[in-house]
Amino acid sequence: MANVIKIKKGLDINLKGKASDVLLTGRQSDSYAIVPDGYNGIIPKVTARVGDKVKAGSVLMTDKNRPEIKFVSPVSGEVTAVNRGEKRKVLSIIVKPDAELAYVEFGQKNVSSLKAEEIKEAILEAGIWPFIRQRPYDIVASPSDTPRDIFVSTFYSAPLAPDFDYIVKGQENDFQTGLDALAKLTSGKVYAGVRKGSSIKAGGAEAVEVEGPHPAGNVGVLINQTKPVNKGETVWTLNPDDVLLIGRLFNKGIADFSRLVAVTGSETTERGYIKTIAGCTIKSLIDGKILEGKEHLRIISGNVLSGRKVSKEDYLYACDNQVTVIPEGNEVNEFLGWAMPGLGKYSMSHTYLTWLTGKKKEYVIDARIRGSKRAMIMSNEYDKVFPMDILPEYLLKAIIAFDVDKMENLGIYEVAPEDFALCEFVDTSKIEIQKIVRNGLNLLYKEMN
Amino acid sequence: MKALRNYLNKIKPNFEEGGKLSMFRSVFDGFETFLFVPNTTSKSGVHIHDSIDSKRTMTLVIIALIPTLLFGMYNTGYQHNLAIGANPGFWITFLFGFLAVLPKIIISYGVGLGIEFVVAQWKKEEIQEGFLVSGMLIPMIVPIDTPLWMIAVATAFAVVFAKEVFGGTGYNIFNVALVTRAFLFFAYPADMSGDKVFVRTADTFGIGGGQVADAFSGATPLGQIGIAGKELIGSFQATDVLGNPLTTLDMFIGLIPGSIAETCVPAILIGAVILIVTGVASWKTIVSCFIGGAAMAAVFNLIGTTVVMTISPLDHLFLGGFAFGAVFMATDPVTSARTETGKYIYGFLVGAMAIIIRALNPGYPEGMMLAILLMNIFAPLIDYYVVEGNISRRLKRAVK
Repeated sequence: MANVIKIKKGLDINLKGKASDVLLTGRQSDSYAIVPDGYNGIIPKVTARVGDKVKAGSVLMTDKNRPEIKFVSPVSGEVTAVNRGEKRKVLSIIVKPDAELAYVEFGQKNVSSLKAEEIKEAILEAGIWPFIRQRPYDIVASPSDTPRDIFVSTFYSAPLAPDFDYIVKGQENDFQTGLDALAKLTSGKVYAGVRKGSSIKAGGAEAVEVEGPHPAGNVGVLINQTKPVNKGETVWTLNPDDVLLIGRLFNKGIADFSRLVAVTGSETTERGYIKTIAGCTIKSLIDGKILEGKEHLRIISGNVLSGRKVSKEDYLYACDNQVTVIPEGNEVNEFLGWAMPGLGKYSMSHTYLTWLTGKKKEYVIDARIRGSKRAMIMSNEYDKVFPMDILPEYLLKAIIAFDVDKMENLGIYEVAPEDFALCEFVDTSKIEIQKIVRNGLNLLYKEMN
Repeated sequence: MKALRNYLNKIKPNFEEGGKLSMFRSVFDGFETFLFVPNTTSKSGVHIHDSIDSKRTMTLVIIALIPTLLFGMYNTGYQHNLAIGANPGFWITFLFGFLAVLPKIIISYGVGLGIEFVVAQWKKEEIQEGFLVSGMLIPMIVPIDTPLWMIAVATAFAVVFAKEVFGGTGYNIFNVALVTRAFLFFAYPADMSGDKVFVRTADTFGIGGGQVADAFSGATPLGQIGIAGKELIGSFQATDVLGNPLTTLDMFIGLIPGSIAETCVPAILIGAVILIVTGVASWKTIVSCFIGGAAMAAVFNLIGTTVVMTISPLDHLFLGGFAFGAVFMATDPVTSARTETGKYIYGFLVGAMAIIIRALNPGYPEGMMLAILLMNIFAPLIDYYVVEGNISRRLKRAVK
């Protein structure tokens, strides 16, 4: 491959509980949900009503400001609830599935003979658009834009993350179709980050071989290292799993939201992949795969760094392809923990003696913050895990001060909260960095639009 | 441990808002997090966290300080014995120094932490651990005969005006321990320099009484240079307290008079290794500080018009507070440069400035304290230019 990126900064946290390459059987999910909070930059406008009969691909809600962006039901069945919270904020739309899946027919199409507008139209219509995100702001992309380039990272590097090489097996054709469709939407190129040694073929796309520790698989790193986003430019990004959705739409003519979801984490008893449909219940994924009656568990939709905390009664966020279960740790009382040699305590720094025990060791880390919040004291912590040409500490300070000029100059348009996840992990001062970045992006978006 | 935890849980309600002891809430919180790592779990963002926290970081600095502190205690006794011409053996010598230094540590912590407790309670914040390091540094960088009340006054001044008024740990502009030292130096100059304060000639709690030897002079090597140094070129030989000549090796080992913990370079280097291996301090600052000092001393060697200019670079690095300052003071992450490129510049300038002050100022033989405080002011400026460099590189990229 012509393009190679080698990343040195970063950190692979060797956690216990990786998914092995086996297919597990999950329980039947008794309901599915669209959760608006799973998408950034949209204001939900619910179009479905409780009691409506829907098919997989029927519209449930749209974006208030960009009504062409539709969110559809992943399964066929009946809308049983529209849950609202404070100020009538839409929390979720619940669909109870039929025994037999029925799809809205969109018609098979040959991508190579379609124009860009037609492809856009088809993706919007089938409700797959919300999976396309844009930078700046890391929000759902605008259909009216033509992006400079489109970036897809074809592997996940976060701790315990699923292996896309395994997921894509048997779906290579759909993946290729998806990439072909995306190539028509940009005036530039589709860049595909491929892990060194992976067998994934990204035909037609500009393949970039990536090597190094997490966050090597983050699309933000791929962008920064190949063709960074400057002010005024827009690029789109997709997870590789969502490229499959687009491929299936054109190859099969239906909105098929099935996904392979990895069940991971030290507290699961059986680990592997479950074939399910986006928006399924967490219960259907982990029931029978964690110890019965065990309390103090942290269940995460997504990975341990950028995933979201959920309970057993919640739903897997539509964009996630992983559920992680780790100990919560709120019942642990560690006596004088800061003073102990700390063998077995994980730290990137060498402040605990764990680093002497070798790199092969797998760790169980619970959800405790392990310290109290402080002002930024240590320097050069974030830089060590931030492989972009950006000064993370100064960008963060600009965001906290909401100094728009500084934020622009220091690279706010290139980043998403997930790029800062490792910074947050290693931070001595326990600052909620991803939250700061997300709020900063939201505020800036409001300021600029 | 379980019993202790249960006891804390039982008395905790008293300290919460509205409880009868709520005025001590910060103190209670401080002790609780001191005894048990807080078991609050993450609410947003990452679900797992690195085990490091600021308590751990501060603890490691203290561990790194221990070799120099122990040596400093021994050296205090050793210099005293030289002065009175006694040789009571290793343990008595150490005990003398230990008893001489201990009250200073207690006073420094007592005053500093007391103020921190009050301020934390007043601001309804948790007690922070930043002073654990400052409070240890303060007694280590003063002459042994500094009166305790002066340490108390200076510590109070530094904690209030160098730290709390700026917002507390992590927001200060100047290194708190050095502000204490500077306050002492400018407020009580007679007690901070000269040949009377660096060697304790009186007894400590009744230990080590004796008659001072006839040949005794308590001036530090730097003090001697300071006196002879501004002379035009002549012969100069640094001596110990009895007038015997000192070699460069003596200056390295550090059994010479000086502030309590600044003399022993090997012990300081052990501390440096601990700080660098654990990643608590930046090797960039330390190394470039030594390089800056050596380079500046070499430049003065070339000029060589006064005695002080002829002191070799190595002697300069070993004498006075240079090594101690470079390892433990210049690396303070809060007050030093925070960018990686900036650390090279900052360290180099601290080293160079210290030697310039030593060589060119007429009144005071040591330059490290003022050099670091001066560079504390310039650290944000250095960072500013490093950040601007990043910004202009990014802008150029956009134009292309």
